[in-house]
Amino acid sequence: MNATAAARVLPEPLEPESRGDYLNAGYGVKSWLLTTDHKRIALLYLASITGMFFVGGAFAVLMRINLLTPDGELVSAETYNKLFTMHGLIMIFFFLIPSIPTVLGNFLLPLMIGARDVAFPRLNLLSWYIFITGATLALVSAVYGGVDTGWTFYTPFSTTYSNTHVMAMAIGVFITGFSSILTGLNFIVTMHTMRAPGLTWFRMPLFLWSLYATSLIFVLGTPVLAISLLALAVERFFGVGIFNPRLGGDPVLFQHLFWFYSHPAVYVMILPGMGVISEVVPCFARKRIFGYGFVAFSSVAIAVIGFLVWGHHMFVAGQSVYASLAFSVLSYLVAIPSAIKVFNWTATLYKGTITYDTPMLYAFGFIGLFTMGGLTGLFLAALAVDVHVHDTYFVIAHFHYIMVGGMVMAFLGGIHYWWPKISGRLYPEGWARLSALVVFLGFNLTFFPQFVLGYLGMPRRYHAYPPEFQILNVMSTAGASILGVGYLMPLIYLIWSMRYGPAAPSNPWAATGLEWQTPSPPPTENFENVPVVTEEAYAYGEERTDA
Amino acid sequence: MLSDLPLFPARASTIGAGVDHLFFYLVAVALVFSTLIFGLVFYFAIRYRRRSPADKATQITSSVPLEIAWTVIPLCLSAVMFFWGASLFLRHAIAPPGSADIYVVGKQWMWKVQHPEGRREINELHVPVGRPFRLIMTSEDAIHSFFVPAFRLKQDVLPGRFTTLWFQATQVGRYHLFCSQYCGTNHSLMGGWIEVMEPVEYEHWLSRGSTGDPMQVAGAKLFERLGCSNCHQSTNQGRGPSLEGLYGRRVLLEGGGTTIADDAYIEESILKPATKVTRGYQPIMPTFQGQISEEGVFQIIAFLRSLKGERTQVVQ
Repeated sequence: MNATAAARVLPEPLEPESRGDYLNAGYGVKSWLLTTDHKRIALLYLASITGMFFVGGAFAVLMRINLLTPDGELVSAETYNKLFTMHGLIMIFFFLIPSIPTVLGNFLLPLMIGARDVAFPRLNLLSWYIFITGATLALVSAVYGGVDTGWTFYTPFSTTYSNTHVMAMAIGVFITGFSSILTGLNFIVTMHTMRAPGLTWFRMPLFLWSLYATSLIFVLGTPVLAISLLALAVERFFGVGIFNPRLGGDPVLFQHLFWFYSHPAVYVMILPGMGVISEVVPCFARKRIFGYGFVAFSSVAIAVIGFLVWGHHMFVAGQSVYASLAFSVLSYLVAIPSAIKVFNWTATLYKGTITYDTPMLYAFGFIGLFTMGGLTGLFLAALAVDVHVHDTYFVIAHFHYIMVGGMVMAFLGGIHYWWPKISGRLYPEGWARLSALVVFLGFNLTFFPQFVLGYLGMPRRYHAYPPEFQILNVMSTAGASILGVGYLMPLIYLIWSMRYGPAAPSNPWAATGLEWQTPSPPPTENFENVPVVTEEAYAYGEERTDA
Repeated sequence: MLSDLPLFPARASTIGAGVDHLFFYLVAVALVFSTLIFGLVFYFAIRYRRRSPADKATQITSSVPLEIAWTVIPLCLSAVMFFWGASLFLRHAIAPPGSADIYVVGKQWMWKVQHPEGRREINELHVPVGRPFRLIMTSEDAIHSFFVPAFRLKQDVLPGRFTTLWFQATQVGRYHLFCSQYCGTNHSLMGGWIEVMEPVEYEHWLSRGSTGDPMQVAGAKLFERLGCSNCHQSTNQGRGPSLEGLYGRRVLLEGGGTTIADDAYIEESILKPATKVTRGYQPIMPTFQGQISEEGVFQIIAFLRSLKGERTQVVQ
């Protein structure tokens, strides 16, 4: 938007003091729990998933302490198995998958397209209640003794041999899936029908393209997860043989069904993060994004090809050799669009005027860690190497580089970038930069040694391990304690800033994008007048001043 | 201190070097690209930092040649990874002729091994250096995975199915055996050692200790003890079909269709006999589920193979 358009959407001079923002639109618990405002729903999600993140993180801390010694002296094997299961389930289904889509996506999608809300505001609130129901069931099953199947629920262990609360947890995940489906549906309809005049598809911020790709996966993939969990429940409850060969079933069938959803879900756990980086990098380089079309279509390519690579989780599971060949080829193909994105972000920096504000530091961290996560994915797609490193710590390190190094860095970067808009306050920049650095260093110390452990042959999900692996495990645990501090810092100073931070102007980063053209925090209706878009995204050609 | 820090695993199989070389290629590609990306990000971030608020970025929005370059180059490099990885994988998919078979049963939480010669072991596997062996594996309960890091090999072991893994050891030594597919409480204790020995020592080891019957003999005894021979006689006069020469042959089924009499079919016919009945016979055989262990099934299979007069050829 140019300067005249910005002026057009400024609030009327009448009664500027009484103009309420969305945070002041109502008070009391009821005004939050019954809200249909996408911005308030985003905050409801933010509070819930932050809670889940620290619960899942606490499980990880206990695991890392247990792994300080080869014999695993802190907890018993039963407890350890429950810890890694609950850590995986909570982090994946109740933090990573909803993280950026439900918080930043909900908050920003209508603002970025100049709309008043999403297409179905009440459905949006329902999605949150469904999420909370599933999350509560998961937490209840944890409190009542937990689950020890691993987050993958592999059969026939989960249907026949596990004596833990598999059903409660599976139902919790099943229910939460509907929250994803409804959110995806809502986002797709919103983007199709509610874009402001002039906002063509190719003028949309890239964050929205990634959100669109994510929503497609939600809508098409999540039902398959629901089917797999339902089939698992039918076998466990009624003894109908679907997966257990003793009852006439096929255990590998479950793996096919499970990964048909859960591999695309991996892209749900990274695509929105890539979208955030595509917003942050142009803003702090003061440059249009390099290769807009390539970055946009690479998101779609990842979503589509991502549906065709699930069998790379099963190279040693007993699937056909020829199927493994096909899945290996497709896995290499899906790596290419990710590489294209990294190159385009790097090229965006060229001849920019770069500042090192906190969101940019997180974006740098993302590019580094995601690059390493992506490159080690190439190792796993190579058939003969995967045979060796499959189900070892190499895999653990790889996907943490993508999901924690990538997605959580992007989530934190995005939270810092849009925090002035969300809260109407500025966070303390010095602390925030320090947190980005601490997270980056702590992360690498935690997970890099695990690549080495994996190639040495330490299997994952091990409560106890041979003594020669101890030093690398101690390094990893030391890193995890630094990482934990890094994650606690933003929690503290962001909450602090809500009360004590200086008031934020409407556009503190002098960024483009419709969300910056409305006050911080935005009024309930988002814009006084419907904005009109007359130019491409990331029009950082001319400098602009704070509104 | 540093000498206690292992960085690279021991290597003791014929495929190990191939896997490691591909791994080094992958490490090289990863190093080149991460150095390139990190270097450029660092260089740009410093070279183009904003020195004054008046600084203006030079707007460059796209370059098709560049986009093509950074699509095609990674594509070519990963094509090499694919073909290299796939050729190693395919070359190792089928055991070389003349491999000796060893039977492995995974169960919560131990590995039970039977050598055809009769020697049995738990959580250990003794093999000589320089000879190919094929493991025929199945599980009694959950899915397990037979993983020997020094061999760079692993294979999931499933209930109700027979998976195979072959290797040829190249270095005498003692190597870790792990279960790498999570299988319940004591998953991390379900492991042991692979003892790779000099051939002479191996022969000595085989004949030493509490040697039981060779597997086919044990199978023949089990066949008698369970009363199988009452119906399955050497001629087709019994109530069940003769099993002479059955192994690996095509079987006509009641209700149409055929199947190959492989390990999985034999196991299924013992545990769930009514599933696939030989044409011309009644489904009158009782199930032996609960009366025979997976090891027993392996012994019966070894016995049926011996009836065919062959020791090494197996149909999967």
